Amino acid sequence: MGGPSFTARVVWALARRSIRGSLRRPQFLAPLVIFPSMFLAVNVGGLTRTTSLPGFPAVDGFLDFQLAAAITQSLLIGGVATGIATALEIEGGFFDRLVASPIPRTALVLGRLIATAVTSAGQITYFLIIGLIFGASVKGGIAGVAVVYLIGIIAGVGFGAIGQAIALRAKSASTVQGIFPLVLVVLFASSAFFPRELLSSPVDVVAKYNPLSYISDGMRNPIIDGVGSTSVLEGVASALLVVAAAGGVAVLALRGRLRDA
Amino acid sequence: MRQSLIVVRALVRRALNEISRVPGAAIPGVLAPTIFMLGLSSVFGKASGLGGYGADFRTFIVPVGLLQGAGFTGAATGVNLARDIEQGWFDRLLLCPAPRTTLLTGVVASAGLRALLPSTFLLIVAFSIGVDVPTITGLLIAAVLVMGLACAMACFSVTLALRFRTQQAAPLMQIASFVGVLFTTSYAPKPLLTDWLRTVSDINPVTHVLEGVRQAFIGGVAWEHTWPAFLSLAGMITVLGWFAARGLRRYGV
Repeated sequence: MGGPSFTARVVWALARRSIRGSLRRPQFLAPLVIFPSMFLAVNVGGLTRTTSLPGFPAVDGFLDFQLAAAITQSLLIGGVATGIATALEIEGGFFDRLVASPIPRTALVLGRLIATAVTSAGQITYFLIIGLIFGASVKGGIAGVAVVYLIGIIAGVGFGAIGQAIALRAKSASTVQGIFPLVLVVLFASSAFFPRELLSSPVDVVAKYNPLSYISDGMRNPIIDGVGSTSVLEGVASALLVVAAAGGVAVLALRGRLRDA
Repeated sequence: MRQSLIVVRALVRRALNEISRVPGAAIPGVLAPTIFMLGLSSVFGKASGLGGYGADFRTFIVPVGLLQGAGFTGAATGVNLARDIEQGWFDRLLLCPAPRTTLLTGVVASAGLRALLPSTFLLIVAFSIGVDVPTITGLLIAAVLVMGLACAMACFSVTLALRFRTQQAAPLMQIASFVGVLFTTSYAPKPLLTDWLRTVSDINPVTHVLEGVRQAFIGGVAWEHTWPAFLSLAGMITVLGWFAARGLRRYGV
Protein backbone atom coordinates (compact mmCIF):
# COMPACT_ATOMS: atom_id res chain seq x y z
CA MET A 1 0.00 0.00 0.00
CA GLY A 2 1.10 3.60 -0.43
CA GLY A 3 3.23 5.29 -3.04
CA PRO A 4 2.34 7.97 -5.55
CA SER A 5 0.72 5.60 -8.04
CA PHE A 6 -1.62 4.20 -5.40
CA THR A 7 -2.54 7.73 -4.29
CA ALA A 8 -3.14 8.75 -7.91
CA ARG A 9 -5.39 5.71 -8.45
CA VAL A 10 -7.44 6.51 -5.35
CA VAL A 11 -7.71 10.20 -6.28
CA TRP A 12 -8.87 9.29 -9.78
CA ALA A 13 -11.36 6.73 -8.47
CA LEU A 14 -12.87 9.31 -6.10
CA ALA A 15 -12.88 11.94 -8.85
CA ARG A 16 -14.68 9.57 -11.22
CA ARG A 17 -17.21 8.78 -8.53
CA SER A 18 -17.86 12.50 -7.99
CA ILE A 19 -18.24 13.19 -11.72
CA ARG A 20 -20.60 10.24 -12.17
CA GLY A 21 -22.61 11.40 -9.16
CA SER A 22 -22.99 14.87 -10.69
CA LEU A 23 -24.04 13.48 -14.05
CA ARG A 24 -26.65 11.29 -12.37
CA ARG A 25 -28.15 14.30 -10.61
CA PRO A 26 -28.39 17.03 -13.26
CA GLN A 27 -30.52 19.09 -10.84
CA PHE A 28 -27.25 19.84 -9.03
CA LEU A 29 -25.41 20.75 -12.23
CA ALA A 30 -28.15 22.89 -13.79
CA PRO A 31 -27.87 25.83 -11.33
CA LEU A 32 -24.17 26.14 -12.23
CA VAL A 33 -25.10 27.40 -15.67
CA ILE A 34 -28.74 28.47 -15.49
CA PHE A 35 -28.42 31.35 -13.01
CA PRO A 36 -25.27 32.82 -14.60
CA SER A 37 -26.88 32.45 -18.05
CA MET A 38 -29.97 34.35 -16.89
CA PHE A 39 -27.81 37.00 -15.29
CA LEU A 40 -25.73 37.25 -18.44
CA ALA A 41 -28.85 37.71 -20.58
CA VAL A 42 -30.30 40.40 -18.30
CA ASN A 43 -27.01 42.27 -17.97
CA VAL A 44 -26.44 42.31 -21.70
CA GLY A 45 -30.05 43.10 -22.53
CA GLY A 46 -30.39 45.87 -19.97
CA LEU A 47 -26.98 47.48 -19.87
CA THR A 48 -25.63 47.05 -23.39
CA ARG A 49 -25.54 50.86 -23.90
CA THR A 50 -23.07 51.27 -21.04
CA THR A 51 -20.23 50.46 -23.43
CA SER A 52 -20.58 54.07 -24.60
CA LEU A 53 -19.84 55.46 -21.12
CA PRO A 54 -16.56 57.39 -20.87
CA GLY A 55 -13.88 55.11 -19.44
CA PHE A 56 -15.37 51.88 -20.76
CA PRO A 57 -12.73 49.86 -22.62
CA ALA A 58 -13.10 49.37 -26.36
CA VAL A 59 -15.18 46.22 -26.92
CA ASP A 60 -17.11 44.74 -29.83
CA GLY A 61 -20.15 44.33 -27.58
CA PHE A 62 -21.24 44.12 -23.95
CA LEU A 63 -21.63 40.34 -24.31
CA ASP A 64 -17.88 40.03 -24.98
CA PHE A 65 -17.24 41.98 -21.78
CA GLN A 66 -19.74 40.01 -19.68
CA LEU A 67 -18.64 36.50 -20.71
CA ALA A 68 -15.81 36.39 -18.17
CA ALA A 69 -18.22 37.60 -15.47
CA ALA A 70 -20.64 34.79 -16.26
CA ILE A 71 -17.82 32.22 -16.17
CA THR A 72 -16.56 33.56 -12.84
CA GLN A 73 -20.06 33.52 -11.36
CA SER A 74 -20.64 29.99 -12.60
CA LEU A 75 -17.33 28.79 -11.15
CA LEU A 76 -18.18 30.35 -7.78
CA ILE A 77 -21.54 28.57 -7.73
CA GLY A 78 -19.59 25.43 -8.67
CA GLY A 79 -17.53 25.95 -5.51
CA VAL A 80 -20.73 26.04 -3.45
CA ALA A 81 -21.93 22.88 -5.23
CA THR A 82 -18.64 21.13 -4.38
CA GLY A 83 -19.15 22.10 -0.74
CA ILE A 84 -22.73 20.83 -0.76
CA ALA A 85 -21.65 17.52 -2.31
CA THR A 86 -18.95 17.09 0.35
CA ALA A 87 -21.40 17.98 3.13
CA LEU A 88 -23.93 15.46 1.78
CA GLU A 89 -21.23 12.76 1.88
CA ILE A 90 -20.53 13.69 5.51
CA GLU A 91 -24.24 13.72 6.40
CA GLY A 92 -24.80 10.41 4.64
CA GLY A 93 -21.88 8.69 6.40
CA PHE A 94 -19.92 7.98 3.21
CA PHE A 95 -17.12 10.30 4.27
CA ASP A 96 -16.63 8.41 7.56
CA ARG A 97 -16.47 5.11 5.65
CA LEU A 98 -13.74 6.62 3.46
CA VAL A 99 -11.86 7.77 6.56
CA ALA A 100 -12.03 4.22 7.94
CA SER A 101 -10.60 2.77 4.72
CA PRO A 102 -6.82 2.45 4.14
CA ILE A 103 -6.44 5.30 1.65
CA PRO A 104 -4.32 8.46 1.80
CA ARG A 105 -6.17 11.27 3.59
CA THR A 106 -5.22 13.85 0.96
CA ALA A 107 -7.11 11.79 -1.61
CA LEU A 108 -10.35 12.67 0.20
CA VAL A 109 -9.84 16.32 -0.73
CA LEU A 110 -8.01 15.88 -4.03
CA GLY A 111 -10.54 13.47 -5.56
CA ARG A 112 -13.38 15.96 -5.27
CA LEU A 113 -11.14 18.81 -6.49
CA ILE A 114 -10.14 16.90 -9.63
CA ALA A 115 -13.83 16.40 -10.32
CA THR A 116 -14.35 20.14 -9.77
CA ALA A 117 -11.63 20.85 -12.35
CA VAL A 118 -13.44 18.68 -14.91
CA THR A 119 -16.76 20.37 -14.12
CA SER A 120 -15.08 23.79 -14.41
CA ALA A 121 -13.82 22.91 -17.89
CA GLY A 122 -17.39 21.97 -18.82
CA GLN A 123 -18.76 25.26 -17.46
CA ILE A 124 -16.17 27.29 -19.39
CA THR A 125 -16.96 25.37 -22.58
CA TYR A 126 -20.68 26.04 -22.13
CA PHE A 127 -20.22 29.80 -21.77
CA LEU A 128 -17.75 30.08 -24.63
CA ILE A 129 -20.21 28.28 -26.89
CA ILE A 130 -23.10 30.44 -25.68
CA GLY A 131 -20.97 33.52 -26.33
CA LEU A 132 -20.02 32.43 -29.83
CA ILE A 133 -23.65 31.56 -30.68
CA PHE A 134 -24.84 35.02 -29.66
CA GLY A 135 -22.13 36.93 -31.49
CA ALA A 136 -19.16 37.22 -29.14
CA SER A 137 -15.66 36.42 -30.30
CA VAL A 138 -12.36 35.64 -28.60
CA LYS A 139 -9.86 38.20 -29.86
CA GLY A 140 -6.94 36.16 -28.55
CA GLY A 141 -7.83 33.19 -30.78
CA ILE A 142 -6.82 29.68 -29.75
CA ALA A 143 -4.20 31.02 -27.32
CA GLY A 144 -6.86 33.24 -25.76
CA VAL A 145 -9.24 30.32 -25.33
CA ALA A 146 -6.42 28.31 -23.70
CA VAL A 147 -5.78 31.16 -21.26
CA VAL A 148 -9.50 31.31 -20.36
CA TYR A 149 -9.44 27.56 -19.63
CA LEU A 150 -6.17 27.79 -17.68
CA ILE A 151 -7.27 30.59 -15.36
CA GLY A 152 -10.85 29.30 -15.12
CA ILE A 153 -9.92 25.75 -14.17
CA ILE A 154 -7.38 26.85 -11.55
CA ALA A 155 -9.90 29.31 -10.09
CA GLY A 156 -12.66 26.66 -10.18
CA VAL A 157 -10.47 24.30 -8.16
CA GLY A 158 -9.77 27.13 -5.69
CA PHE A 159 -13.48 27.89 -5.27
CA GLY A 160 -14.12 24.16 -4.85
CA ALA A 161 -11.50 24.03 -2.09
CA ILE A 162 -13.29 26.91 -0.32
CA GLY A 163 -16.56 24.96 -0.54
CA GLN A 164 -14.87 21.85 0.81
CA ALA A 165 -13.27 23.71 3.71
CA ILE A 166 -16.66 25.14 4.72
CA ALA A 167 -18.33 21.72 4.35
CA LEU A 168 -15.65 20.00 6.47
CA ARG A 169 -16.12 22.58 9.20
CA ALA A 170 -19.93 22.92 9.03
CA LYS A 171 -20.76 19.25 8.18
CA SER A 172 -24.16 20.43 6.96
CA ALA A 173 -25.34 20.92 3.37
CA SER A 174 -27.87 23.59 4.37
CA THR A 175 -25.12 25.62 6.06
CA VAL A 176 -23.00 25.46 2.91
CA GLN A 177 -26.06 26.46 0.88
CA GLY A 178 -26.43 29.43 3.21
CA ILE A 179 -23.14 30.97 2.04
CA PHE A 180 -24.67 31.72 -1.37
CA PRO A 181 -25.46 35.36 -0.49
CA LEU A 182 -21.81 35.72 0.52
CA VAL A 183 -20.79 34.53 -2.93
CA LEU A 184 -22.84 37.36 -4.40
CA VAL A 185 -21.17 39.87 -2.08
CA VAL A 186 -17.66 38.77 -3.05
CA LEU A 187 -18.58 38.82 -6.72
CA PHE A 188 -20.18 42.28 -6.59
CA ALA A 189 -17.11 43.60 -4.76
CA SER A 190 -14.96 42.91 -7.79
CA SER A 191 -14.56 44.18 -11.33
CA ALA A 192 -16.13 41.01 -12.73
CA PHE A 193 -19.22 42.78 -14.08
CA PHE A 194 -18.00 46.29 -14.86
CA PRO A 195 -14.67 48.06 -15.49
CA ARG A 196 -12.90 48.96 -12.25
CA GLU A 197 -12.67 52.61 -13.32
CA LEU A 198 -16.48 52.83 -13.47
CA LEU A 199 -17.28 51.16 -10.15
CA SER A 200 -18.74 53.30 -7.36
CA SER A 201 -16.91 53.92 -4.10
CA PRO A 202 -16.10 51.94 -1.93
CA VAL A 203 -16.44 48.93 -4.24
CA ASP A 204 -13.76 50.33 -6.57
CA VAL A 205 -11.25 50.24 -3.68
CA VAL A 206 -12.30 46.75 -2.50
CA ALA A 207 -12.18 45.46 -6.08
CA LYS A 208 -8.54 46.49 -6.29
CA TYR A 209 -7.65 43.93 -3.58
CA ASN A 210 -10.19 41.26 -4.56
CA PRO A 211 -8.55 38.32 -6.38
CA LEU A 212 -11.80 37.79 -8.29
CA SER A 213 -11.14 41.06 -10.13
CA TYR A 214 -7.84 39.72 -11.47
CA ILE A 215 -9.27 36.28 -12.21
CA SER A 216 -12.16 37.72 -14.24
CA ASP A 217 -9.97 40.36 -15.91
CA GLY A 218 -7.43 37.63 -16.71
CA MET A 219 -10.15 35.68 -18.53
CA ARG A 220 -11.72 38.80 -20.06
CA ASN A 221 -8.67 40.34 -21.71
CA PRO A 222 -8.05 37.40 -24.08
CA ILE A 223 -11.73 37.71 -25.11
CA ILE A 224 -12.00 41.47 -25.66
CA ASP A 225 -8.42 42.40 -26.51
CA GLY A 226 -5.93 39.57 -26.93
CA VAL A 227 -3.43 37.65 -24.86
CA GLY A 228 -1.32 40.09 -22.85
CA SER A 229 1.33 38.98 -20.41
CA THR A 230 0.32 41.26 -17.51
CA SER A 231 -3.36 40.29 -17.32
CA VAL A 232 -2.57 36.60 -17.84
CA LEU A 233 0.08 36.58 -15.13
CA GLU A 234 -2.17 38.49 -12.72
CA GLY A 235 -5.05 36.14 -13.47
CA VAL A 236 -3.02 32.96 -13.04
CA ALA A 237 -1.29 34.28 -9.91
CA SER A 238 -4.61 35.28 -8.32
CA ALA A 239 -6.19 31.92 -9.15
CA LEU A 240 -3.16 30.09 -7.71
CA LEU A 241 -3.37 32.28 -4.62
CA VAL A 242 -7.00 31.20 -4.11
CA VAL A 243 -6.03 27.53 -4.60
CA ALA A 244 -3.13 27.77 -2.13
CA ALA A 245 -5.08 29.64 0.54
CA ALA A 246 -8.30 27.65 0.20
CA GLY A 247 -6.44 24.35 -0.19
CA GLY A 248 -4.51 25.06 3.00
CA VAL A 249 -7.71 25.86 4.89
CA ALA A 250 -9.37 22.72 3.46
CA VAL A 251 -6.46 20.52 4.62
CA LEU A 252 -6.64 22.09 8.09
CA ALA A 253 -10.40 21.52 8.16
CA LEU A 254 -9.82 17.91 7.08
CA ARG A 255 -7.40 17.39 9.95
CA GLY A 256 -9.96 18.81 12.37
CA ARG A 257 -12.61 16.53 10.90
CA LEU A 258 -10.32 13.50 11.22
CA ARG A 259 -9.63 14.38 14.86
CA ASP A 260 -13.38 14.52 15.47
CA ALA A 261 -13.82 11.18 13.70
CA MET B 1 -66.67 31.31 6.25
CA ARG B 2 -65.58 31.90 9.84
CA GLN B 3 -64.17 28.37 10.04
CA SER B 4 -62.24 28.96 6.82
CA LEU B 5 -60.74 32.14 8.24
CA ILE B 6 -59.61 30.24 11.33
CA VAL B 7 -57.87 27.64 9.12
CA VAL B 8 -56.23 30.33 6.97
CA ARG B 9 -55.04 32.19 10.07
CA ALA B 10 -53.60 28.98 11.55
CA LEU B 11 -51.67 28.20 8.36
CA VAL B 12 -50.36 31.77 8.16
CA ARG B 13 -49.25 31.62 11.80
CA ARG B 14 -47.49 28.32 11.19
CA ALA B 15 -45.58 29.83 8.26
CA LEU B 16 -44.64 32.89 10.31
CA ASN B 17 -43.53 30.68 13.23
CA GLU B 18 -40.95 29.11 10.93
CA ILE B 19 -39.15 32.44 10.73
CA SER B 20 -38.62 32.64 14.49
CA ARG B 21 -37.99 28.90 14.97
CA VAL B 22 -35.61 28.38 12.03
CA PRO B 23 -34.12 31.85 11.47
CA GLY B 24 -31.11 30.33 9.68
CA ALA B 25 -33.36 29.21 6.84
CA ALA B 26 -34.96 32.64 6.49
CA ILE B 27 -31.79 34.74 6.63
CA PRO B 28 -30.54 34.10 3.05
CA GLY B 29 -33.95 35.06 1.62
CA VAL B 30 -33.98 38.24 3.67
CA LEU B 31 -30.40 39.23 2.90
CA ALA B 32 -30.21 38.31 -0.79
CA PRO B 33 -32.43 41.12 -2.20
CA THR B 34 -30.57 43.74 -0.17
CA ILE B 35 -27.19 42.36 -1.23
CA PHE B 36 -28.44 42.41 -4.79
CA MET B 37 -29.59 46.01 -4.49
CA LEU B 38 -26.33 47.18 -2.89
CA GLY B 39 -24.20 45.15 -5.29
CA LEU B 40 -25.97 46.23 -8.46
CA SER B 41 -26.00 49.89 -7.47
CA SER B 42 -22.29 49.80 -6.60
CA VAL B 43 -21.29 47.99 -9.76
CA PHE B 44 -23.60 49.50 -12.36
CA GLY B 45 -24.17 52.87 -10.64
CA LYS B 46 -22.60 54.87 -13.47
CA ALA B 47 -25.19 53.47 -15.91
CA SER B 48 -27.57 56.27 -14.88
CA GLY B 49 -25.14 58.58 -16.71
CA LEU B 50 -26.76 57.33 -19.92
CA GLY B 51 -29.83 59.42 -19.07
CA GLY B 52 -33.51 58.53 -18.88
CA TYR B 53 -33.37 56.94 -15.44
CA GLY B 54 -35.06 59.84 -13.66
CA ALA B 55 -32.93 59.27 -10.55
CA ASP B 56 -29.63 57.75 -9.51
CA PHE B 57 -29.19 54.04 -10.25
CA ARG B 58 -29.48 53.10 -6.57
CA THR B 59 -32.98 54.56 -6.32
CA PHE B 60 -33.87 53.03 -9.68
CA ILE B 61 -32.90 49.55 -8.49
CA VAL B 62 -34.62 49.61 -5.05
CA PRO B 63 -38.02 48.49 -6.48
CA VAL B 64 -36.23 45.59 -8.20
CA GLY B 65 -34.88 44.47 -4.82
CA LEU B 66 -38.37 44.70 -3.33
CA LEU B 67 -39.83 42.50 -6.06
CA GLN B 68 -36.94 40.06 -5.79
CA GLY B 69 -37.73 39.70 -2.10
CA ALA B 70 -41.33 38.95 -3.06
CA GLY B 71 -40.18 36.44 -5.68
CA PHE B 72 -37.82 34.63 -3.33
CA THR B 73 -40.54 34.48 -0.67
CA GLY B 74 -43.02 33.04 -3.14
CA ALA B 75 -40.50 30.43 -4.24
CA ALA B 76 -39.69 29.58 -0.61
CA THR B 77 -43.40 28.94 0.00
CA GLY B 78 -43.36 26.27 -2.68
CA VAL B 79 -40.14 24.75 -1.33
CA ASN B 80 -41.64 24.61 2.16
CA LEU B 81 -44.77 22.93 0.80
CA ALA B 82 -42.61 20.38 -1.04
CA ARG B 83 -40.83 19.67 2.25
CA ASP B 84 -44.20 19.22 4.00
CA ILE B 85 -45.23 16.80 1.25
CA GLU B 86 -41.97 14.84 1.55
CA GLN B 87 -42.34 14.59 5.32
CA GLY B 88 -45.99 13.55 5.16
CA TRP B 89 -47.29 16.60 7.02
CA PHE B 90 -49.27 17.83 4.02
CA ASP B 91 -51.13 14.51 3.71
CA ARG B 92 -52.17 14.87 7.34
CA LEU B 93 -53.28 18.45 6.63
CA LEU B 94 -55.51 17.23 3.80
CA LEU B 95 -57.42 15.10 6.32
CA CYS B 96 -58.63 18.35 7.91
CA PRO B 97 -62.30 18.93 7.01
CA ALA B 98 -61.66 22.25 5.31
CA PRO B 99 -62.09 23.01 1.61
CA ARG B 100 -58.85 22.64 -0.32
CA THR B 101 -59.12 26.20 -1.60
CA THR B 102 -59.04 27.34 2.03
CA LEU B 103 -55.80 25.43 2.58
CA LEU B 104 -54.36 26.98 -0.58
CA THR B 105 -55.43 30.44 0.57
CA GLY B 106 -53.64 29.92 3.89
CA VAL B 107 -50.40 28.79 2.24
CA VAL B 108 -50.45 31.62 -0.31
CA ALA B 109 -51.48 34.33 2.16
CA SER B 110 -48.51 33.43 4.35
CA ALA B 111 -46.23 34.32 1.42
CA GLY B 112 -47.81 37.76 1.20
CA LEU B 113 -47.07 38.48 4.84
CA ARG B 114 -43.60 36.95 4.83
CA ALA B 115 -42.63 39.14 1.86
CA LEU B 116 -42.79 42.15 4.14
CA LEU B 117 -39.70 40.92 6.02
CA PRO B 118 -37.10 41.20 3.21
CA SER B 119 -38.86 44.36 1.97
CA THR B 120 -38.65 46.07 5.35
CA PHE B 121 -35.00 45.12 5.76
CA LEU B 122 -34.17 46.34 2.27
CA LEU B 123 -35.99 49.65 2.77
CA ILE B 124 -34.24 50.29 6.09
CA VAL B 125 -30.86 49.76 4.40
CA ALA B 126 -31.88 51.81 1.35
CA PHE B 127 -33.12 54.77 3.40
CA SER B 128 -30.02 54.65 5.60
CA ILE B 129 -27.76 55.01 2.55
CA GLY B 130 -29.63 58.00 1.16
CA VAL B 131 -32.57 56.77 -0.91
CA ASP B 132 -35.41 59.28 -0.51
CA VAL B 133 -38.35 58.13 1.62
CA PRO B 134 -41.47 57.97 -0.59
CA THR B 135 -44.90 59.30 0.32
CA ILE B 136 -47.19 57.17 2.50
CA THR B 137 -49.45 56.54 -0.50
CA GLY B 138 -46.52 55.41 -2.62
CA LEU B 139 -45.23 53.19 0.15
CA LEU B 140 -48.65 51.61 0.71
CA ILE B 141 -49.09 50.91 -3.02
CA ALA B 142 -45.61 49.40 -3.12
CA ALA B 143 -46.34 47.22 -0.07
CA VAL B 144 -49.60 45.89 -1.54
CA LEU B 145 -47.94 45.17 -4.89
CA VAL B 146 -45.00 43.40 -3.22
CA MET B 147 -47.37 41.27 -1.13
CA GLY B 148 -49.48 40.53 -4.18
CA LEU B 149 -46.50 39.48 -6.27
CA ALA B 150 -45.34 37.17 -3.47
CA CYS B 151 -48.80 35.57 -3.52
CA ALA B 152 -48.68 35.17 -7.32
CA MET B 153 -45.20 33.60 -7.18
CA ALA B 154 -46.36 31.40 -4.30
CA CYS B 155 -49.25 30.13 -6.48
CA PHE B 156 -46.75 29.24 -9.19
CA SER B 157 -44.31 27.48 -6.86
CA VAL B 158 -47.16 25.67 -5.06
CA THR B 159 -48.26 24.34 -8.46
CA LEU B 160 -44.74 23.00 -9.04
CA ALA B 161 -44.52 21.59 -5.50
CA LEU B 162 -47.81 19.72 -5.97
CA ARG B 163 -46.64 18.46 -9.35
CA PHE B 164 -43.12 17.28 -8.44
CA ARG B 165 -43.62 16.68 -4.68
CA THR B 166 -39.92 17.15 -3.94
CA GLN B 167 -37.70 19.97 -2.75
CA GLN B 168 -35.44 19.21 -5.71
CA ALA B 169 -37.82 21.32 -7.77
CA ALA B 170 -36.61 24.39 -5.82
CA PRO B 171 -34.34 25.70 -8.62
CA LEU B 172 -37.32 25.70 -11.02
CA MET B 173 -39.33 27.80 -8.58
CA GLN B 174 -36.45 30.22 -7.99
CA ILE B 175 -35.65 30.58 -11.68
CA ALA B 176 -39.24 31.56 -12.44
CA SER B 177 -39.15 34.37 -9.90
CA PHE B 178 -35.69 35.42 -11.13
CA VAL B 179 -36.84 35.58 -14.75
CA GLY B 180 -40.15 37.20 -13.87
CA VAL B 181 -38.55 40.08 -12.00
CA LEU B 182 -35.37 40.68 -13.98
CA PHE B 183 -36.66 40.31 -17.54
CA THR B 184 -38.41 43.65 -17.20
CA THR B 185 -37.27 47.27 -17.07
CA SER B 186 -35.28 46.22 -14.00
CA TYR B 187 -31.87 47.57 -15.08
CA ALA B 188 -32.78 50.35 -17.44
CA PRO B 189 -35.72 52.35 -18.77
CA LYS B 190 -37.39 50.84 -21.82
CA PRO B 191 -35.67 53.02 -24.47
CA LEU B 192 -32.26 51.79 -23.29
CA LEU B 193 -33.08 48.08 -23.43
CA THR B 194 -31.99 45.90 -26.34
CA ASP B 195 -34.80 45.04 -28.75
CA TRP B 196 -35.32 41.48 -27.51
CA LEU B 197 -35.46 42.48 -23.85
CA ARG B 198 -37.83 45.36 -24.66
CA THR B 199 -40.16 42.88 -26.37
CA VAL B 200 -39.95 40.46 -23.43
CA SER B 201 -40.58 43.26 -20.93
CA ASP B 202 -43.63 44.39 -22.95
CA ILE B 203 -45.11 40.90 -22.66
CA ASN B 204 -44.01 40.29 -19.05
CA PRO B 205 -46.80 41.39 -16.67
CA VAL B 206 -44.28 41.90 -13.86
CA THR B 207 -43.01 44.96 -15.76
CA HIS B 208 -46.24 46.80 -14.88
CA VAL B 209 -45.94 45.71 -11.24
CA LEU B 210 -42.35 46.96 -11.18
CA GLU B 211 -43.35 50.32 -12.64
CA GLY B 212 -46.16 50.50 -10.10
CA VAL B 213 -43.68 50.05 -7.26
CA ARG B 214 -41.08 52.30 -8.88
CA GLN B 215 -43.46 55.28 -9.10
CA ALA B 216 -43.24 55.51 -5.31
CA PHE B 217 -39.51 56.22 -5.61
CA ILE B 218 -39.24 58.02 -8.95
CA GLY B 219 -41.66 60.54 -10.39
CA GLY B 220 -44.51 60.23 -7.89
CA VAL B 221 -47.70 58.21 -7.76
CA ALA B 222 -49.81 58.45 -10.91
CA TRP B 223 -52.97 56.63 -11.91
CA GLU B 224 -51.43 55.67 -15.29
CA HIS B 225 -48.81 53.54 -13.48
CA THR B 226 -51.10 52.31 -10.71
CA TRP B 227 -53.97 50.66 -12.56
CA PRO B 228 -51.83 48.60 -14.98
CA ALA B 229 -49.85 47.33 -11.99
CA PHE B 230 -52.91 46.16 -10.08
CA LEU B 231 -54.58 44.79 -13.22
CA SER B 232 -51.46 42.76 -14.12
CA LEU B 233 -51.19 41.49 -10.57
CA ALA B 234 -54.85 40.49 -10.48
CA GLY B 235 -54.40 38.65 -13.76
CA MET B 236 -51.32 36.79 -12.51
CA ILE B 237 -52.98 35.79 -9.24
CA THR B 238 -56.12 34.62 -11.08
CA VAL B 239 -54.27 32.52 -13.66
CA LEU B 240 -51.54 31.13 -11.38
CA GLY B 241 -54.05 30.65 -8.54
CA TRP B 242 -56.28 28.63 -10.87
CA PHE B 243 -53.34 26.34 -11.72
CA ALA B 244 -52.47 25.95 -8.03
CA ALA B 245 -56.11 25.18 -7.12
CA ARG B 246 -56.31 22.62 -9.94
CA GLY B 247 -53.09 20.99 -8.73
CA LEU B 248 -54.47 20.81 -5.21
CA ARG B 249 -57.81 19.35 -6.39
CA ARG B 250 -55.95 16.64 -8.29
CA TYR B 251 -53.50 15.93 -5.46
CA GLY B 252 -53.99 12.49 -3.98
CA VAL B 253 -57.03 11.74 -6.14
